[in-house]
Amino acid sequence: MPLFWLRVALTLYGVGLVYALASLWEGRAMLTRITLPAVGLGMTFHFVALIENAMTSGVWTPSSMHELESLLAFLLMVFFFMVYARYKATSPGLAVFPLVFLLTASAALGQVHTGPAPLLLVSRQWVYLHVALILIGYSALLFSFIASILYLVQEKSLKSKSVGGFRSQLPALATLDEIGYKCLAWGFPFMTLGLISGAILGEVRDGASYFADPKILISIVTWVMYTALLYARWSAGWRGRRVAYLATFAFASAMVAWAANSLSHTHRFIGP
Amino acid sequence: MNFQLIGVNHNSAPLEVRERLAVSEAQLPEAVRTLVKQPGVEEGMVLSTCNRVELLTSTRQSADLRGFLGTYFGLNAEALNSHIYEFQQREAVRHVFRVASSLDSMVVGEPQILGQVKEAYAVARGLGAIHSALEALLSRAFAVAKRVRSETAIGSSSVSIASVAVELAEKIFGSLENKTVYLVGAGKMAELAARHLMARGAGKLLISNRTHQRAVELADAFGGQAIPFDQLYHMASHADIILTSTGASEPLFRREHGESLRSRRKNNPVFFIDIAVPRNVDPEVNRLDGMFVYDVDDFQTVAATNSAERKKEAERAEKIVEIEVDRFASRMRSLAVVPTILSLQEYCETIRQAEIDRIRGRLGQISSDQEAAIEAMTRAIINKLLHTPITTLKSSASEPEAATIHDMIRRIFNLNVKSGRGKTPGESGE
Repeated sequence: MPLFWLRVALTLYGVGLVYALASLWEGRAMLTRITLPAVGLGMTFHFVALIENAMTSGVWTPSSMHELESLLAFLLMVFFFMVYARYKATSPGLAVFPLVFLLTASAALGQVHTGPAPLLLVSRQWVYLHVALILIGYSALLFSFIASILYLVQEKSLKSKSVGGFRSQLPALATLDEIGYKCLAWGFPFMTLGLISGAILGEVRDGASYFADPKILISIVTWVMYTALLYARWSAGWRGRRVAYLATFAFASAMVAWAANSLSHTHRFIGP
Repeated sequence: MNFQLIGVNHNSAPLEVRERLAVSEAQLPEAVRTLVKQPGVEEGMVLSTCNRVELLTSTRQSADLRGFLGTYFGLNAEALNSHIYEFQQREAVRHVFRVASSLDSMVVGEPQILGQVKEAYAVARGLGAIHSALEALLSRAFAVAKRVRSETAIGSSSVSIASVAVELAEKIFGSLENKTVYLVGAGKMAELAARHLMARGAGKLLISNRTHQRAVELADAFGGQAIPFDQLYHMASHADIILTSTGASEPLFRREHGESLRSRRKNNPVFFIDIAVPRNVDPEVNRLDGMFVYDVDDFQTVAATNSAERKKEAERAEKIVEIEVDRFASRMRSLAVVPTILSLQEYCETIRQAEIDRIRGRLGQISSDQEAAIEAMTRAIINKLLHTPITTLKSSASEPEAATIHDMIRRIFNLNVKSGRGKTPGESGE
């Protein structure tokens, strides 16, 4: 049962999902206390599942969309706990837990890919490096996006002078701003190196023609947005609404790039 | 043994009465020592804060605490009577739980009271005035207070303007460390709010006033920096929190000032605390990104919302206290039967030993196996006979006729249980 541990993890992530939904109508107390241990345990089982999957298939490279989803969900949880360790902020979980649950659900309940591992013309280590770097970049971007949305919510509640309710649980504006900025800054080198490694892989396999592929183009657009976002924050101290808009665009284009596999000729999982 | 509590608080007595009963920190040990010397008093503790003076005791029989209060403070007991509340047993337990959980405070949910109760407890304990009964009661009270704090939001929102201002500032800036506060206008209210902000760690204080001399005086008092009023707009860009309270009839900060501030501050947020009437900051400024303007009405609205929320949370806390009082009372009752059970067992064991000693001579030479058999048999008889009385004692502890059953068993077996000092008391007297 290759998906057993992943399904255990999924069940535990379900607690996180319930937490996120419940906090919308102010359910708290008990749930808050059990959520973090539950999703933490879920993350541990998830790690076991990832290792087991890699060992049984003998391929360390995610070779299907489902495996990629699983890896991304795992990285998001790692990010969540890194942010939590630094800022004691649980509110990013409101967005992260449902997303992780959906990604893991898709991976755990979807079809098991039983075919042969895809034929890769280039070194597997390179592919793995490329995937890991890009996914870390995505996770960072997502966190920055979540932080800027929470910033907007918090700013709105402070401006409208209606404090209280679930918004009073949010971290301070300055903290949200810092999470947003730090995540971007840390994610940037990963995203950049991820794209460079992808470019090298494409160059080696397809020559110059890889560049005209839709997925590659969208990825480059995402990177440009990412850079612009980082620059606006770093040099002009942008925050609040403008950063939220920019982060939304950057995140949306990252999502399109993620989903663009079906359009892509050069970037497919199961070839040829 | 009983719990008995007597005291005055902000509801029962005016300040003139409370201040005459107040026990200073230096006098506290002496007061505790005198209290436990009172006839009937076994354990005692004195709690004295600005809002309450209370004597908590565990007594053998009812003690005359009112009399003590009158003589110790040299007051006319008659005059005091109308201001005093007195609680016994369960009521006393509930009162202690409510006080420790800050449900009986003037500002419900304020956190200092728990620390004050803990200090009073430490003093009394250090003097040997607290033994098992008060120990059990107070450690439970601390646990209840903790439970109330973690399960309700009773202490999480501020209800005074100054503390609301601090809370909002922390919502914007996280920590106030290294933040600069700028007082524009140096009235009493401004001074008070500034004191609050500085106490929470704000780094630097700038002060401007129409009468510069007043700004200089205040700056000296707070270790701040006085700024001439004509440099107001220039210096404002250094401030994270701007507290305005001048008598100007037109707003000092309008939209264009806000815009210029924002660009000079590279979009770093500014928190305007405008306690002036008429207002010193145009409400339009609040529409700008990163500018947060709160006027007196806004603070009052937030404070009122918070107090309403507190009231709701206080109701939940009262329910928790009620459950805990029940739990404590039933625990005390079941502890009360322990001495009886012990002496019942002791009584039977003495008879058993005596009978064995008496018969040993007549048995002659017996093997160790036989001796063991006699031991086992006699023990078994006793255990079987005692089984029902003991389980009845235990199970009846929470029933209303507990005292009768308890008393009956003691009489039947002729047990003289003396629960002396150090033994756990119950509510068997009820």
